[in-house]
Amino acid sequence: MQNAITLRRRRELITAAILLVLLIVLPLPFHDPYTRNLMILTLLYAALAQSWNILGGTCGQISLGHSLYFGVGAYVSTLLFVWHGVPPWLGMWAAALVAGLLALLVGWPCFRLSGHYYAIATVVVQEIAYLLFLNWDYIGGASGVYVPFHGQSWMNLQFRTAKLPYFYVMLGFFALTWIAAWLIEGSRWGFSWRAVKDDVIAARSLGVRVFPSKMAAAAISGGLTGIGGAIFAQFVGYIDPDSILSGPLSILIALPAVLGGVGTLWGPLLGAAVLIPLRELSSTFLGSSGSGVDLMLYGALIMVVALLRPQGLVSLFQRGGNGSTS
Amino acid sequence: MAALLEIRNLSKSFGGVAANVEISFDVAPGEILGLLGPNGAGKTSLFNSISGEVTPDVGEILLEGRRISGLGPVACAMAGIARTFQVVRSFDSMSVRENVMVGAFTRLGSTRAAMAQADATMEFCGLARRADAPAHMLSPAEKRRLEVARALATGPKILLLDEMLTGLTPTEAQEGVALVRAVQAQGVTILMVEHVMEVVLPLVSRAIVLNLGRVLTTGTPAEIVKHPEVIRAYLGDRYAAG
Repeated sequence: MQNAITLRRRRELITAAILLVLLIVLPLPFHDPYTRNLMILTLLYAALAQSWNILGGTCGQISLGHSLYFGVGAYVSTLLFVWHGVPPWLGMWAAALVAGLLALLVGWPCFRLSGHYYAIATVVVQEIAYLLFLNWDYIGGASGVYVPFHGQSWMNLQFRTAKLPYFYVMLGFFALTWIAAWLIEGSRWGFSWRAVKDDVIAARSLGVRVFPSKMAAAAISGGLTGIGGAIFAQFVGYIDPDSILSGPLSILIALPAVLGGVGTLWGPLLGAAVLIPLRELSSTFLGSSGSGVDLMLYGALIMVVALLRPQGLVSLFQRGGNGSTS
Repeated sequence: MAALLEIRNLSKSFGGVAANVEISFDVAPGEILGLLGPNGAGKTSLFNSISGEVTPDVGEILLEGRRISGLGPVACAMAGIARTFQVVRSFDSMSVRENVMVGAFTRLGSTRAAMAQADATMEFCGLARRADAPAHMLSPAEKRRLEVARALATGPKILLLDEMLTGLTPTEAQEGVALVRAVQAQGVTILMVEHVMEVVLPLVSRAIVLNLGRVLTTGTPAEIVKHPEVIRAYLGDRYAAG
C-alpha cells in the first residue's frame, strides 16, 4: 500500500541512510581533538534529546528531570565496571534496565498529574535524587567516581587520546535512538501516544489506555537516556552528581528537541547541531567569567524559536502547509 | 428482539446538580434512536455515562446484557461503544488518515491493517479526498465527518452521535443525514443527540425526550411533536394548551 504515510516513512529512512554516510566521514578531515570532542558532544545531546522526545514529544509528557536517568545509567554501568569489571557493553544494558525501571517508578505517582504539574514533579524527583547521590558515600558521594583506565580497548570503551572511536560509539547511540523513535512513530504505540498528547479524552474514547501508554513511553525514554549515561561515563572517565545528575543537565537534554522541533524525528539532531557548538563557543570565548552567558543564549534562542517558528527549526525544511509533525 | 443497550434507572449528579434522574430506556439493535431535549436537559451527561467517561451514581448500563457502567471509557470502547464529541476533538498534530488510524488500532495491532481499515472508513465517510490533510485544516463539516470516521474505524456495535448535525448549513446537514443512514445500513445501531427537531425527526425510528435530567416522554417522531409536555418544555406554557 502506498500513501502519504508510507511514502514519508520511506523518505525518512533514505534521509537517515544518507545522513549516516555523511556522519561517518564527517570527522575524518578534522584532526584536532577539540573539534572531534565537539562533534561527540553534539551527537550525545542529539541522542539524549531524541530519547527525551519519545516521552516529551511523541507522548506529550514534558520531563524536566531526565538527568536522573542519565546519571543513574552512568552510575550503574560505572560501578559495575569499577567493582566487578563488567565491560561497559554489558553495563549499558544494565543501565538501560535500571533507568527504565526507575522511569516507571517515577511515572507511577507522577503520571497522575498532568501538564505543568507533571513537569514540576519530574524536577522535584530529580533534585531529590541529586541530593541523595551527593550524600551517598558508599557510591562516592560528592567526590564522585573515577573510572580506572584498563588500557586502550574497544571491549572497555577506553581510548587513551583517540577521539574517533568515541565519535562512532556516539553515532551508534544516536542511530539507536533514532531507529527507536522511527519504529515507534510507525507503530500502534506511536499512534496511541500521539493521541494521548493531542487529546486525552478523545484518545480513551477510542480505547487508548492512557496511563500504560505514558508508562511505556517513559520506560523507553528513560532506558535510552540511561545508555547515554553509561557511554558518557567511559568517555569522560569521571562522574559525580554535579556533572551527570543536575538540574541544568536536565534542561540541556530537553533543549535540542524543543529548539529543533518537539515530537519531530529530525528536531533533536538539528537542535543539538545548533545548540551544542554555540554552547562550546560561548564558553571558549567568554571563559569561566561568562559561565552564565550560555544560559542567556539558550533563553534567547528559545524565545526566538517560540516566536518565529513554534514548530521548531525542523519546520524550515518542511514544505509549506504540511502540518504533520513527523 | 433483545435490547442492544439498556439504561436502567440511571442517576448522576455533579456537585449537587442533578444531571440525570432515574433514566431508563432500551436501544434495539439496528435502530436509530434520537435523544432530544432543550439545552441542559442532560443529554451529553448521559452520553458521558454510556461511553464510560463518567460513572453513574445510581443505576446501570448494559450492552448485550453485560454491565458496562463504571468500567471506564477504554473498556466501553473495547466492548463496542463509539462516540463523537459535541465540541470536536480531533488529534490536531495528525493528518486525517492518522486520526482515523487511531480508531482502527482499537481492534487491530498491525499498522498495515489499521491503514487499510482507515482508508476504507474514510472512503465510506466521504473523506478519502482529504486523507492527507492535517486534521486542523478541515472545515467544520469535515471535522464532524472525521469524528464519525474515527469512531466507525473502531468497529463499534453502537455509535453515539453528539450533535453531529448542529451548526451545519442545510446542505451539509443533509449530507450528514445521508451518512447516518449509510452507517445504519452497515448494521451499526445509532443513538443520536440533537436539539434541531426538524433534522432529527425524519431520521429516527423513535425518540426519547429529556427535560431537566428526566425522561419526559418516549415515542415515534409523530407522537413526540404532538406531546403537550414536549411543546411545553421547548416553547413554554403559552403554546402547550393547544
